[in-house]
Formats: sequence, structure tokens, C-alpha cells
Amino acid sequence: MSLEVRIRHRQGRFLLDAEFASTGGLTVLFGRSGSGKTTLANAIAGLNRPGEGVIRLGDTVLLDTARGVFLPAHRRRIGYVFQDARLFPHLSVRHNLVYGTWFTRQRQAVADLDQVIGLLGIGHLLDRRPSGLSGGERQRVAIGRALMASPRLLLMDEPLASLDEARKAEILPFIERLRDEVGIPIVYVSHAVAEVARLATTVVVLVDGRVVRSGQARQVMASLDMFQGQERAEAGALLDTRLAGHEPAYALSVLQAPAGRLLVPLLDRPVGTPVRLRIRARDVTLAVRQPDGLSAQNILPGRITAIGRTDGPVVDVQLDCAGDLLIAQVTRRAIATLPLEVGRPVFAIVKSISFADGSDMGSSA
Amino acid sequence: MGAWLTPEEWTAVLLSLRVATVATLWSLPFGLLVAMLLARGRFPGRAFLDTLVHLPLVLPPVVTGYLLLLTFGRRAPVGNFLAEQFGIVFAFRWTGAVLACAIMAFPLMVRAIRLSIEAVDRRLEQAAGTLGAHPAWVFLTVTLPLILPGIVAGMILSFAKALGEFGATITFVSNIPGETQTLPSAIYTLTQIPDGEAGAMRLVLVAVAISMAALIGSELLARRIHHRIGA
Repeated sequence: MSLEVRIRHRQGRFLLDAEFASTGGLTVLFGRSGSGKTTLANAIAGLNRPGEGVIRLGDTVLLDTARGVFLPAHRRRIGYVFQDARLFPHLSVRHNLVYGTWFTRQRQAVADLDQVIGLLGIGHLLDRRPSGLSGGERQRVAIGRALMASPRLLLMDEPLASLDEARKAEILPFIERLRDEVGIPIVYVSHAVAEVARLATTVVVLVDGRVVRSGQARQVMASLDMFQGQERAEAGALLDTRLAGHEPAYALSVLQAPAGRLLVPLLDRPVGTPVRLRIRARDVTLAVRQPDGLSAQNILPGRITAIGRTDGPVVDVQLDCAGDLLIAQVTRRAIATLPLEVGRPVFAIVKSISFADGSDMGSSA
Repeated sequence: MGAWLTPEEWTAVLLSLRVATVATLWSLPFGLLVAMLLARGRFPGRAFLDTLVHLPLVLPPVVTGYLLLLTFGRRAPVGNFLAEQFGIVFAFRWTGAVLACAIMAFPLMVRAIRLSIEAVDRRLEQAAGTLGAHPAWVFLTVTLPLILPGIVAGMILSFAKALGEFGATITFVSNIPGETQTLPSAIYTLTQIPDGEAGAMRLVLVAVAISMAALIGSELLARRIHHRIGA
């Protein structure tokens, strides 16, 4: 189901002027706080009313200001998982979950209660009150509640932002399963690069109320000026790989990507599973000759396609490795002395332990 | 208890309970509506409505009673119309006592409910909307349960106020034993006659007992609701 958004909306002195389209999968609206992500999500949900614009979901017109069309939120069938969960405090978890079914026709159901409970692992919480749940449990119930209302689109507004790292790691796999197994298009608001890397099919980058870049996650994440300031430490490209085998003797797994074979710490998943890998730019070293006698296990041949500009010490270099785009961060001195220039064949070196904490390896759509 | 109170005193107690109960129940839907309008509404005349509702709180009760008499008396335009068209008579009837009590207690009820409406997290209502609930259903399934403590508080306040209402009632519907002589009117009458002190004291004790029962009852109810909505 396709989503088409084109709106202009003024809120005080802030102007949101955004346009993007999504054809399914998980679309991340990425930007800092104040960039207009939530306002955009609220416009899609019908929680605010943009001054101008068109929003279309499949063949349903949700908003068309020129024709005076505004479908109220309760008739849009768009599930919304809020950052603060917003569970109904006066209802049990079970009644929170089925709340939406009171207003939906059964034949529209995308999932039944047992499926949702199984998917999210919340069976043991059914008779509890929201006030007695942990943050992670609350967020899972909120996701289940939105699913039970049989939405045609699921909006998630920084659903992990209020959780600690352990809780985030607990919920991410559920969102991946949602994306891969349930098949509802998801629009996911986030300012966390790690979440984009892990979840996004499509990325829409917002800066000051405008879309500055949008496209496939792999393309957007591998563009050079995507990350600025502190976020540069998070910069990194995405590889869609397949689990090719295990080397239990060394506690390693082998991933196969177009760019080459990569050894990563042992993954507890069956051979053949698609794995999306984020390779952080700061973990990539470049060599101009085939290196020999290195402890680093992953050496990917490629060609430099672009070199970023900077006055600082560190430069971003984009490589094409058999169709996979990688980003490497090297010193400006290395660029000058090797020298590195666009078109030059190079070898990208990545240590396997770069992936030791597992947070950069997710399932792939 | 029947033997402890004289039949006249017993009549006054029962009448007061009936008047206060009926006044509270009748004003509840209006109180809810006005509280909702004042808490959420954006319309011209909102400030005027706010003032009008609160007027009985600041006006001398005798003035309110007299205004009621001027409006709902048998010869007054509204009172005449209601009597002719619907057969509803307020003047010098127990129904008039109900009206006087309801109006005097109305600001207290509206205040309590309005405060609880303003305390409701509207983002919960938004969430209900995204789950497909029509605004009317949102009100019934989210807003109403969340403001229940305020409604209970408003009803108890209204009941207590109605039980003690004196000035407006006696001015509007007089002090007719068995028809409009409520507990406060009966106590007042007893203090005006020789040897009435004992009867007055008995009724005072009854008034204290009823008021305390209402307070304790509301406290227990509030606790239960509080527990239920898990706030």
C-alpha cells in the first residue's frame, strides 16, 4: 500500500513543508528534535490539520485541502504507537489491547489477539494494569493495541526513545518481525541512527521542516553529508547479507554480501537467514594495496566513488564494493599522502570485533 | 428511630433526603454538560455562562430564592407557562425545593467535575481516536471513566449543599410541613417555638449523622475508583 504525503503546515513560527512517498516496508522519518517529524506523523494520523496539502493512503484520500477533504483520525484506520505509550490507565492490558476491535469490523482484522500476544510476548501481562508495567512492556502493549485496531498503516513516534539500551534491544526484534511478517506499512519517527540502520527500508531525512533527502535506506545511509556534528561517530553504511555458515570453533559466523564475505561474532540464527549489517565508517580502514598478514579478518575490494569535504582532521570516503556502498572515515593526511582519489581501487578492512555487541546486526527485509 | 423522632420531624428528615437526592440526580446531566462546555468549549458567551453558573455561590441565598419566585412563581411568566403547558408547578411544592437546592448546589457540582475534566490527559483521548473510536465513544470509554472521581465528588458536594440549603428554599417555597419543610427549615421552626430545643437537637444530630455518612461514603467510593482506574 502506498503512502503519499505533500503538506505545508505552519505552527507558530515553524513551517513544515514536506513531501515524501512510501511504497511499503518501514519508512523512517529521520531528523533532530524540532525538525518536524512528529508534526508530520500527526498530520498523517489526522491529529493536526495542515493548512495546505494532500495525503493519500492507497486509494483513500486522507487530506486534500484544495478539495476540502479532511478525514477525521478515527476514520483513517492508522495505528499510532506514541513515544509515551498512552495506555488507558483505567483498563487492564487485555482491554487496552482489544479497545480498537470495538470499533472495527471483524473482516478487516489484520491479526487476532492470540497472534498479537504471541508476536509481542505479552501473554503474561493480560490481567495487569498499565501502571504496573515496565517501560518496555508498556511499549509492547501499545504496539499490540495499535495492531489490534487493524490499521492500514502503523505510525511509530520514537517508540524506543524513553527506554534504556537493554529495553531497546528487547523491542527491536519485535519491530523487525512486524515489518517482515505482518506486512503493514510502517512510518517510524526517529532521531537515532542505530534504529534507522536496523529498521529502515526507506529513509526520509527532515531538517527544519523540510525533506532534504529521501530514498532507500542503503542509499541514504551511504551518502556522505548525511551525518553532521556528533552524529558523525554514528555514520555507517548498510549491507544486506545472508548468513552463509558458522565457524563454531572460532565462535564466528560468515556473512555473504555482494561486496564479499564477512566474519562476524557467532550469530544464533540458521544458515540462510538474511542479516542486515551496519558497518560504521570509523571501523573501516583503507589500504591501497592488497594487505597481507593482518589480524583483521574482513578485507573487501572496492573503488572510491566520492570523498567528502571537511576542514577537520577526519574525512568521509565513499566506496563501491561490487555494488555495495561503504563509508570509511580516514584522516585528511591519509587522503593526501596515499593519495586517495575518486576512482582509485582500494581495500576496505573491517575488524570482526566491530560487530561484537550485536546491535548492528538485524534481520533483513 | 421512628419512635425517637416525632412524626413531624421524621417527615422533615425524609423530605430533605428526597429533595437532596432528586436535586443531585437531576442536576448531574446538566452539571456534566456545563462542566464540559466550560472546560473544553471555545464559544462566545463562555465567560457569561461561567459567571451565571457561579452566581448562586456569591449571591445571598434569599436573593436567589426571590429571583426563583419571580421566575417560577404561579403568576410569573415561566412558572405560568410550565404549569399551563406541562402541569409542572414549583411554587410552594417540594419540587420547588428541589429546584432551589439544585440551583444553589450547581456551582459546586460543576466546579468539581470541571476540575477533573481539565485534569484528563487529552493525549489519551487522541490515542482512542487513532484506534477508531468516534468522539462520542471516546467520551464514554475514556473521558467518563477518568473523571468518575470528580463526578462522585461533585455529587457528594451537591447532596450536602442541598441537604443544608435554607435561605433560597424558604424564600421560594416557604416552610410548609410535609411539603416544603426540609431539615434546616424544621430546625429553624423548632428554635422559634417554646420547648422546641429538644426536637431541634435531635434533628441537628440527624443532620450531622447524614453529613458524616455522605462524607465517609464518598471517601470509600473515591478510593475504590482510584484503585480501579489505577491512577
